[in-house]
Amino acid sequence: MSMRKLKSVLAAGALTGILACGAATSAQAEDLTLCWAAWDPANALVSLSKDYEAKSGNKMHFEFVPWPNFADRMLNELNSGGKLCDLMIGDSQWIGGAAENKLYIKLNDFFDKEGIKMSDFIPATVTGYSEWPKGSPNYWALPAFGDVVGWSYRKDWFSRPELKAEFKTKYGRDLAVPKTFAELKDIAAFFQGRKIDGKTVYGAAIYTERGSEGITMGAMDVLYSFGFEYDNPKKPYELEGFVNSAKSVKGLEFYKQLYDCCVPPGSSDAYMSQNIDAYKSGQVALQMNFAFTWPGINADPNIGGEKSGYFPNPAGPDGKQFAQLGGQGISVVAASTKQKAALEYIKWFAQPEVQAKWWQMGGYSALRAVVEDPGFAKSQPYAQTFLDSMAIVKDFWAEPAYASLLQASQKRFHNYVVAGNGTAKEALDGLVSDWKDIFEDEGKY
Amino acid sequence: MLDTSIDRAARATPPAVARRIRGLSDRAIAWIFVAPSIFLLLAVNIFPLIWTIRLSFTNFRVNRPNAEVEFVGLKNYISVLTNGDIWLTMQATAHFLIATLVLQVLIGFSLAYLINKKFRGNDLWTTIIVLPMMLSPAVVGNFWTFLYQPQIGLFNYAVGFLTGTDPSSFSMIGDASLAPWAIVIVDTWMWTPFVMLICLAGLRSIPNSIYEAAECDRASKWRQFWTITIPMVLPFLMLAILFRGIENFKMFDLVVQLTGGGPGSITELTSINLKREAFEKWRTGYASAYAVILFVTVFGLASIYVKALNKVKQR
Amino acid sequence: MSYSVTDPSGRQKWIAATLVTLYAVITILPLLWIIGTSFKSPSDAIAYPPKTLFTPTLEGYVNLFTTRTRASEEELKTLGEPTTWYDRIVRRDGFIIAGPSRFPERFTNSIIIGFGSTVLCIVLGTAAAYAFSRFKVPLKDDLLFFILSTRMMPPVAVAIPIFLMFRQLGLNDTHAGMILLYTAVNLSLAVWLLKGFIDEIPIEYEEAALIDGYTRFQAFYKVVIPQAMTGIASTAIFCLIFAWNEYAFAVLLTSGTAQTAPPFIPTIIGVGGQDWPAVAAGATLFLVPVMIFTIVLRKHLLRGITFGAVRK
Repeated sequence: MSMRKLKSVLAAGALTGILACGAATSAQAEDLTLCWAAWDPANALVSLSKDYEAKSGNKMHFEFVPWPNFADRMLNELNSGGKLCDLMIGDSQWIGGAAENKLYIKLNDFFDKEGIKMSDFIPATVTGYSEWPKGSPNYWALPAFGDVVGWSYRKDWFSRPELKAEFKTKYGRDLAVPKTFAELKDIAAFFQGRKIDGKTVYGAAIYTERGSEGITMGAMDVLYSFGFEYDNPKKPYELEGFVNSAKSVKGLEFYKQLYDCCVPPGSSDAYMSQNIDAYKSGQVALQMNFAFTWPGINADPNIGGEKSGYFPNPAGPDGKQFAQLGGQGISVVAASTKQKAALEYIKWFAQPEVQAKWWQMGGYSALRAVVEDPGFAKSQPYAQTFLDSMAIVKDFWAEPAYASLLQASQKRFHNYVVAGNGTAKEALDGLVSDWKDIFEDEGKY
Repeated sequence: MLDTSIDRAARATPPAVARRIRGLSDRAIAWIFVAPSIFLLLAVNIFPLIWTIRLSFTNFRVNRPNAEVEFVGLKNYISVLTNGDIWLTMQATAHFLIATLVLQVLIGFSLAYLINKKFRGNDLWTTIIVLPMMLSPAVVGNFWTFLYQPQIGLFNYAVGFLTGTDPSSFSMIGDASLAPWAIVIVDTWMWTPFVMLICLAGLRSIPNSIYEAAECDRASKWRQFWTITIPMVLPFLMLAILFRGIENFKMFDLVVQLTGGGPGSITELTSINLKREAFEKWRTGYASAYAVILFVTVFGLASIYVKALNKVKQR
Repeated sequence: MSYSVTDPSGRQKWIAATLVTLYAVITILPLLWIIGTSFKSPSDAIAYPPKTLFTPTLEGYVNLFTTRTRASEEELKTLGEPTTWYDRIVRRDGFIIAGPSRFPERFTNSIIIGFGSTVLCIVLGTAAAYAFSRFKVPLKDDLLFFILSTRMMPPVAVAIPIFLMFRQLGLNDTHAGMILLYTAVNLSLAVWLLKGFIDEIPIEYEEAALIDGYTRFQAFYKVVIPQAMTGIASTAIFCLIFAWNEYAFAVLLTSGTAQTAPPFIPTIIGVGGQDWPAVAAGATLFLVPVMIFTIVLRKHLLRGITFGAVRK
């Protein structure tokens, strides 16, 4: 038996020991800290957790960090062995590193013991948020919040007779939800610089942020649908001709065209919050953003309700349709001294009633019982779009070296799309060489 | 000035007096007084430096606690020095350094020269001009992104108002050709007062009698400026340049908040680049080599500069 | 008043005054804009063209100190009338206050770490400066120069080993760790400045005290310290301002417990989207004390800057 195996067996043994104790003795009141990003769903989770506090007697504390700093701060926290967080709702791409370096505890035994079955959750979220290595039944998180990139649009503008007529004469088709990215660009170009109710409006708010992951999360939506592959499906980590295929190049060129023609001024560093700003202030007709933004848009007094509609990523030139996966699973931090209480929280959170309530409060539950309920699709105007988008997801690398891989794509994409340096081919060739270097370092070749 | 006072102090404690002092000996007091500081500085400044040098020869990664740490020799140094991106970063840093120094010296000296005219209320205005340099660069830098926003930002609006261009037609932070200037403008706004204060000290150190003598010789004001004012202020100015140079070589907070290194990597200064390597990619060994190279660079450049400065002073 | 050939003429003074005033007005404008924005409503803050006249509101400050959640209209109705002025502000936009924000904690951290490191730095620095000034310490000049030169390292480079060291010692994200770190960073400059001030105190005072039967230590704190008080005060201001404004170490080495205000303020976001009035409110509360400080203590401060720089 290798040392590593021995260690994990020991760890598992210790874990079951802890759990056994937990079952035997009544839980003592604990102060638990849950770490997540600072955004609308986190506030909803605070309200949801009141029920847990009442039932368990444990007190919940929350540490929410805004998205642009989230990965930085939290990975720093995990890597420094910090004890701030007992529970971590960490981003999907962290799972590889967190699993291999034992920053999270493995949840298989816990799931078995409590009768939590991963088959009860949307398959894409299990693969995306819980598994490492991918495709193997090793679980490090419970899918907590399903999320995916999609679009919201100004339904009220789309239904104005004079705009519909003008669009029809100009493009020869109706002004409607785009079916392809090419159509989407037409619509964005149509609205760009237009005066609506005396205000200049623009086409589309898209992701262009440089510092964390913004532009990658945005460009990938287009790239996937144009035919980009992370590697050779038959030969893992073979990048040449997949990352920088002619189709990928077309995709990246398209993203730049979209940036050049149709974004509001000053969108050189825009991610979730900037796009919400642009959309809510009535500046743009279309907004690319994660699904988590939709409940907020729906409830907005100015642009919500009937004024907004939602659609999943349109298709690429070959009819392929993909969407960038967002969302997170909830994990127990290995450095935490309150793992028992933390696991109890997950047990509580996984209950179908709690998950149903989670969806009502604006949290995207990943539990199939919730989303496959016949009433789900009609329960909110964006529910169907969420289901459609969730069915076509693809995620970024979740390797332990994900941060380096992401940095490389952030830099190459931003350099080409926003700064306008070089060509799309050069950007993707550069990305292949960056990624190759990283995988070389990781001993993948 | 400083050496003489120490020597005087040392000489001024006559042995007779020293012997008569009760309590601890001077030697013991000296050590008790100095030791805590030295210990802290060794622990927090010197020891980490040595640790960095040691790490720079390994493949250590903070986020791989289970991986074996190997000695890799000069590999990290070679990959830093052969990395084309780092040279681009250096270029960005050089551009930032040169542009800010030129602007700050020109504006700072002019302001000091004007304030030295001793008009009424100069004290109040000096204080107001100094305000930006007292404030947190991260907080202020963050707010400048708001001022730089097309349309709604004050900066674009003011430029539009003065030049007649449309405020939404340009984006200081988003445009690859404007972003390097966006950071230069904010740094100049913040730190010109520093150069100004040092120059002011220099100007005030010039005795009036020199000008009076020049006046008797019928030297023109223009000539007085070039033969008296400039040479007398030069050592001060060079000091100001040294401090600003070192500070801007280290620049991190302001630019991180302003542009985050973007667009692309156009404003990615060395500190920002190093932070990405060390705290985002967690390539600790590599980043340590990078840090050592930076340290040697600054130290080397500063030493050469200080030599030049001493020559100027001796003249 | 006697006429001097070197005195600038009235016209020169007038031109100089105009130019300097113009520059000062431009330089203060962004700062006034921060303060102004903190009293704007979010829609006024992002209005085009920028608004100089607006109805002031405390919404930014309320948002700075609270976290809020959106409530449906039915929910709002069940809650009844808002009871406090800040509830009223929040309800107007369809939100309810969910709890306090993290800002007061971060601000308190800034105060604890700022003052803690300043006090420690002054205590250690004054003692060391006195020793360096009055006694022969071996390798004095080399030691001082080398210690000073470590300030040339970018903080990010220094932070790598500090991060590792603090992790070993359990000092990551603690007040004690940050106080020690800031003290060490400030100490070299503090010793340098204080040594200059102590050098200026005539040695005869101490000699007199020693002859009167004081111990060396008594002479130090009964004679030297009172004499050096001005210098100590202006050095303290520098240490405090540095620790108050520091960002790089704070962002890399702290997270939940010991994080100070500078890394926190830029991350203030509202419910969806950057809440500029709240950011401005945080910035105002954080910057205004320093501004007042600077204006009130300008004599010491300005002298300290030039003195510290020119002496090195």
